[in-house]
Amino acid sequence: MTKSSFTNIQSEYLAVIDHAKCVRCKRCIQNCGWGTYSFGGDKIIADHSKCVACGRCYTYCPEGAISILKNPTVMRENGNWQDYHIKNIWRQSETGGIAISGMGTPLKYKKYFDHILLDACQVTNPPIDPLREPMELKTFLGKKPSKLELDFNEDGQPILKNPMPPQIELATPFIFAPMSYGSISLNAQKAMALAARALGIVMNIGEGGLHDELVPFGKNIIVQVASGRFGVNRDYLNSGVAVEIKIGQGAKPGIGGHLPGEKIGADISRTRMIPAGTDAISPAPHHDIYSIEDLRQLIYAIKEAINYEKPVSVKVAAVHNIAAIVSGIVRAGADIVYIDGFTGGTGAAPIIIRDNVGIPIEIALAQVDQRLREEGIRNEASLVAAGSIRSSADAVKAIALGADAVAIGTAALVVMGCHICGKCHTGNCSWGITTQRPELTRRLDPEEYGEKLYNLITAWSHEMKDILGAMGVNSIESLRGSKERLRGIELTDSELKVLGIKHAGM
Amino acid sequence: MITIDAKDMHYKELNKIIRENIASGIKNFFLENVNGQYYIGDGIKGDDITITVNGVPGNDLGVFMDGPSIIVNNNVQDNVGNTMNAGKITIKGDAGDVVGYGMRGGRIYIRGNAGYRIGIHMKGYNTQIPVIIIGGKVGSFFGEYMAGGVMVLLGLNNSEELAGEYFGVGMHGGTIYLKKKIDFSKYSKEVEFLEANDEDMIFLKKYLIEYANDFNLQAEDLINGPFYKIVPSSARPYAHLYTSSAL
Repeated sequence: MTKSSFTNIQSEYLAVIDHAKCVRCKRCIQNCGWGTYSFGGDKIIADHSKCVACGRCYTYCPEGAISILKNPTVMRENGNWQDYHIKNIWRQSETGGIAISGMGTPLKYKKYFDHILLDACQVTNPPIDPLREPMELKTFLGKKPSKLELDFNEDGQPILKNPMPPQIELATPFIFAPMSYGSISLNAQKAMALAARALGIVMNIGEGGLHDELVPFGKNIIVQVASGRFGVNRDYLNSGVAVEIKIGQGAKPGIGGHLPGEKIGADISRTRMIPAGTDAISPAPHHDIYSIEDLRQLIYAIKEAINYEKPVSVKVAAVHNIAAIVSGIVRAGADIVYIDGFTGGTGAAPIIIRDNVGIPIEIALAQVDQRLREEGIRNEASLVAAGSIRSSADAVKAIALGADAVAIGTAALVVMGCHICGKCHTGNCSWGITTQRPELTRRLDPEEYGEKLYNLITAWSHEMKDILGAMGVNSIESLRGSKERLRGIELTDSELKVLGIKHAGM
Repeated sequence: MITIDAKDMHYKELNKIIRENIASGIKNFFLENVNGQYYIGDGIKGDDITITVNGVPGNDLGVFMDGPSIIVNNNVQDNVGNTMNAGKITIKGDAGDVVGYGMRGGRIYIRGNAGYRIGIHMKGYNTQIPVIIIGGKVGSFFGEYMAGGVMVLLGLNNSEELAGEYFGVGMHGGTIYLKKKIDFSKYSKEVEFLEANDEDMIFLKKYLIEYANDFNLQAEDLINGPFYKIVPSSARPYAHLYTSSAL
């Protein structure tokens, strides 16, 4: 049989070693999870075809002897037939497989956050200096009463007539987005747990069950129930501050997940409560949810199991009819609705879904917030926005568009060294994040990266206070859904209309 | 022991009374006039707790349950034993759709028939082997995505068709036993059809005896073979479905 013509698809990157600088310490060989480097007797040799530009080698090369270059060998340029179209056709013609990748879509869709500008005070009302004056970022997630009825006690102090529905208290309106043990390493989860505890916020452990070592972090954990029901039992439901029903994910709305059997080792098997070595399959639907009424049934099944003591969240992907869907979810009894935009991250998704299905979070949020207000049920649930929040500015804009808080997933992984190489699904992550290989996971120190996560959220919170101060408001609550403080730039009339904002200058 | 008259009672109230009584040490419950109340036995724990239900309980009977036993002297509705971890549910009549979804342990014995989507994503773990035995027949999607545990389909009610379409689709763990041969050609490609061996029969025997006792049947009639067995052809049915994308 002749050798297949496409097995040597041109390498994406070149791992170039400056042999004059290289001291042959072999740290690159050790650090690369992809097996790019080997020792050729007297010098390091690089197999370019294995390099994914994850940046681990040059970060840890003590001599600065490694450069990762984009392969200058050109594919014939064509604005229509792009490199990845052609390469994927070759790969798929070799394997017959669905092309999958990790992380959110890398395609250049319009990013609406980049076309929204924030307001500030000049003369007519004064800005506030957050360094000198109190600035409130504290956020409560959960159903709020439509009105407060008060009684007064003997001392004349007001007390609530009806008990407040259960809430999650966040010191700052950020949460760490759901990422399961299995899709990421336990050390990566621990880093987020440590940071969440120090920050007074929460992390979501995703659908892969709760590892024993995370149990002590219960006050900073949201547990998830997805269609595979991994690790879900009565104790699990009661182990966090809230329970989330995962319906969909921004990167892959409408499809399920397969954690391949080779990643199900003893520890993951125990946490997911499934046998080692079998595929962990999350079916596309929950087979007990085929309608809003069925969703209500599961929401209340969970509420009964947790004695109505904690809020129940429902996570959905932003899709075309999201406003009506979220209205249904709220009416079904969800206390929190988590909306994941189409640029959200993933451990693995078919690219055909990731790159083509769903809608931007900005538009989804604006529409959902407006719809819930029109229907008079905005207070019935909190909204969490996700889907590539890249900076505190994105977070502030999301809140002004209607979110109560934002979730960050990819940004948290970037803190841990992620270069967004998009190879999470291979399990070779050199940074020890999306891998279960012990020699790789042990390099991710939860304490060290927990502190860095703490730093990032602290920095973003300071920035958020600065923005609020400039706008002359002293609490994040005052900005929520305040689209009047946003203006669009380089947007069409339809885009402005759907976002519910005016053009700059108006 | 406590008897609760559930007539005209909302599920929230009924379940609250059950939870409070469990907390105060009551082990035996008799629920009378049950008429469609949801979530009976939701998330309750304790191997020595027994709930006897007279009337027809509503959806999600025994959801998230972890140890107790529920006996229903009638039919049940949908989602029985949803994501159940341990315990036993005995149903003297028929069951609705979605029995034992994501069930990880315990037993569900149904004397009559059951509906669609039975045992979807049932899973075993360690010493936990969930077992569902159905006396009659079932609808379509039986054992879809089944990942572990055991289901037994007896076909006692002289039903023509033992099961509907899409039998064992995506099954990647666990075992289904049948007391009657089926036309295997129309079922999922992901499973294999074998005759049960001695080892299987030793395993099945204790469950079938218990089942026979629960429903006043002759155990010998149930145990006498032959039994047929359906197992997945791979623990990784989708191992070759994917290729790494260039972008």
